[in-house]
Amino acid sequence: MIIESNISRRSVLAGLSGMSFCIALGNDGVRLMSQAQANALANAPVTPWVRIAADGKITILSAGAEMGQGSMTSLPLILAEEMDADWSNVAIEWTPADPKIYGYKDPFGTEQLMWIVGSRAVQLYFNQLRMAGAQVRKVLIANAAQKWGVDAATLKTEPSVVINPATGQRLSYGEIAAFGTIPATLPAVDTKELKERTQFRLIGKSVPRRDTPFKVNGSAQYAIDVKLPGMVYASTLHSPVHNAQAGVWDPGKQEQTGAAPESWNDAEVKAMQGVIGIIALPNGLAVVADHFENAKAGRDALKVNWKNAKAAGFNSGQALEDYVRIHADPNAQTAKLEEKGDVKGAFASATKAYHAEFRSDYGYHAQMEPLNAVVRVNDAGDKAEVWEGSQAPDESRKAVAKALGLKDEQVDFHQCYMGGGFGRRSIGDYAAECARIAKEVRRPVKLIWTREEDIAQGMFRPQSFQCLEAATDASGKVTGWKHCVVGDGEFLLITGIKIPYYGVSNQHIERRGVSHGIKLKHWRAVGHVFNTFAIESFVDQMAADQGVDPIEFRFERMGASPKARKVFETLAQMSDYKASRPQGRTIGISITERSGSLGAGAVEISLDAASGKIRVHKVWLAVDGGLVVQPAAAKANVESAIIYGLSSVLHERITIKDGAVEQSNFHDYNVMRMSDLPDEMTVQFVDVDTRPTGLGEIGNPFIGGAVSNAFYRLTGKRLRHLPFTPERVLETLKT
Amino acid sequence: MVSFTLNNRQVSVEADPKTPLLWAIRDHVGLTGTKYGCGAGLCGACTIHIDGTAQRACQIDTGSVAGKKVMTIEGLSPDSSHPLQKAWIMEEVPQCGYCQSGQIMKAAELLARNAKPTRADIITHMDGNICRCGTYHRIIAAIERASREG
Repeated sequence: MIIESNISRRSVLAGLSGMSFCIALGNDGVRLMSQAQANALANAPVTPWVRIAADGKITILSAGAEMGQGSMTSLPLILAEEMDADWSNVAIEWTPADPKIYGYKDPFGTEQLMWIVGSRAVQLYFNQLRMAGAQVRKVLIANAAQKWGVDAATLKTEPSVVINPATGQRLSYGEIAAFGTIPATLPAVDTKELKERTQFRLIGKSVPRRDTPFKVNGSAQYAIDVKLPGMVYASTLHSPVHNAQAGVWDPGKQEQTGAAPESWNDAEVKAMQGVIGIIALPNGLAVVADHFENAKAGRDALKVNWKNAKAAGFNSGQALEDYVRIHADPNAQTAKLEEKGDVKGAFASATKAYHAEFRSDYGYHAQMEPLNAVVRVNDAGDKAEVWEGSQAPDESRKAVAKALGLKDEQVDFHQCYMGGGFGRRSIGDYAAECARIAKEVRRPVKLIWTREEDIAQGMFRPQSFQCLEAATDASGKVTGWKHCVVGDGEFLLITGIKIPYYGVSNQHIERRGVSHGIKLKHWRAVGHVFNTFAIESFVDQMAADQGVDPIEFRFERMGASPKARKVFETLAQMSDYKASRPQGRTIGISITERSGSLGAGAVEISLDAASGKIRVHKVWLAVDGGLVVQPAAAKANVESAIIYGLSSVLHERITIKDGAVEQSNFHDYNVMRMSDLPDEMTVQFVDVDTRPTGLGEIGNPFIGGAVSNAFYRLTGKRLRHLPFTPERVLETLKT
Repeated sequence: MVSFTLNNRQVSVEADPKTPLLWAIRDHVGLTGTKYGCGAGLCGACTIHIDGTAQRACQIDTGSVAGKKVMTIEGLSPDSSHPLQKAWIMEEVPQCGYCQSGQIMKAAELLARNAKPTRADIITHMDGNICRCGTYHRIIAAIERASREG
């Protein structure tokens, strides 16, 4: 395994020859420091960030939690680039879960975070890692200069070698590591000293991901694969009725109180084969057994009376209709999200006004690896270890510490590969649950949620109702814009609702909130999914009404920004936009923004009018994601989001009846399979030299609008409720 | 106690014969390349071979494989040298990777029966295996490559 658990960095550090560049507590993000400085810090955690061994092996730690998106490789690669390291001799290890050392500064707050969410990894670590790499290189050069008695400024590097061009002398990084010293204060690096784009050897090149070889032979270690001596297994049954309190899903605050088990067939289940015990949790029961199959059998046999939960009686379909009433209610509480210009005036003087309504259902992450964790608490109860695949190891550590009544520092977190995350694995709720069980049974525990549990206890992309209105002037230009989204989930509901890529002068955008007790969470671009669908369908509706080409309409009448024009122009070229399509096929377009990136996409569809099944034949997406660090991995990531988007738009639907989720496994929560794969999928990055922006979620939000717009061109009808299941398509065709 | 051949090795498992083979392989024997995804035969993450036929290990009683030959991803090749494994690396198929053992085992069954499958053959054969990261097009490309390059 390339990823080793980081048991004691201090001891590793002490026992090695070579140079270890460390980092320690700082208030300005990831900063390298010398070993001497690090050692001088009393009681500070000391960790080598970069280690150069005398044999030339370079170890770089990665804060890029890996769920398939490639960050585990791309973050060390950025550092290796500026360090000018020989990539073939670089090993990658996970960083410990200490955000004060390894975190980036929260773009929305003051704390340091390690959350690999919202397509943040590369864009938020990029500058820090480049500076750190450049500092290491500078120290290596300084050591060579001193040995040769020359001016450091005259020296150059090639991968892992310092060269004196005047003499042809060479010293490898490994050779330097054997004699070199690190100054107490590391040399400062000016951003002007960083490599020019043309000098990159790794960034922008297609360097293979490091995790791939372990994922073709079964050796990649996910948390579900961890086995500890004396470990027992747990399977949980939670209150089927959700009981989320407003805001409690926030990482570190995930205690779901109430909805507790009141009584259950304790003796009967305890008597079952292999069952060791039943642990009562705040919102469920855990059956602990010698093997997982016995724990699960016990869990399946539980008969529980549950206390009342907040979502009791909640029905998702009814709630959507309630949202319509909330929207119509002039006294409903609203949160203003955007207020620009004179909206009233724009509508009062409008030549024509447009209006449209859209709905969307709940969505489930359906990551392939059901939620699980392994926890060991020591005999004294003052130290715990957790093995988990987490998008936010810092939050998991916090959640486990809280569940055990420990300080964060008393919990060691061991990162594992994630079998998918998509926003679900950044909260540590199941790790905290496992910790409670482990503490109670006083043995190491592996907790695995069954797939049924994973769905029933899902934390969903919220459902929504949306109303959009627009005012146009005599030339057809959009002069006024109103968008109201109604639903649960506070800021989950509003991502992607603003339209900075359009130049509409007068805007009013608002949210009207409710709280149902249903657990909700981030979900690959979350609000973008339904907001972008509504916005782009609405814009298309106006273009069709005015008889203007949809791209032209966006340019001329929505005031598309130069960046938006560029991605549309690239899209038009890629998709041969003006070309006629085969009989029975049409093309639809949409734009989406996410995490600083902008994408313009198109789909070509056909329809089986008898069954209502939409078939997507081709997909194109032009992306402005700034400088792309790993183009091949980034392209794969965008393709992944396109499929994720198609799956959610065509198939996926969670419904809730009497507060409980109605779907239970992949037979009734349909995700896309190979037979629905488009024949062609083309992703192109616009060549720009701006900072890297997020790419993990730029591929899915445009799908809803693009498919619905293509459907309109095919049938003259508009799909207004996500997902576009065959039943809904047939209903729409009848209208 | 159930005895069977696992990756050309004789094993005896101290599990109830009704235990799903998935857990016997993963927890009792300790080969974790075979994954739990749904426990209901719906996703294919636990696909293994029993006497050369791809099966969902979560749906097979351990007792039913007594005396049979079971192969998991760990037994496909000793060094990732199976043409499919090489092709999987060349096409950079895996993302999260969790479903890929099952995908490869399902694909291995196809190539063993049909050395030159068409795209339609591949899709028909592989349609039961879910990949949530959506690597389907790369899976197809890798199977085609393995078929071509052997």
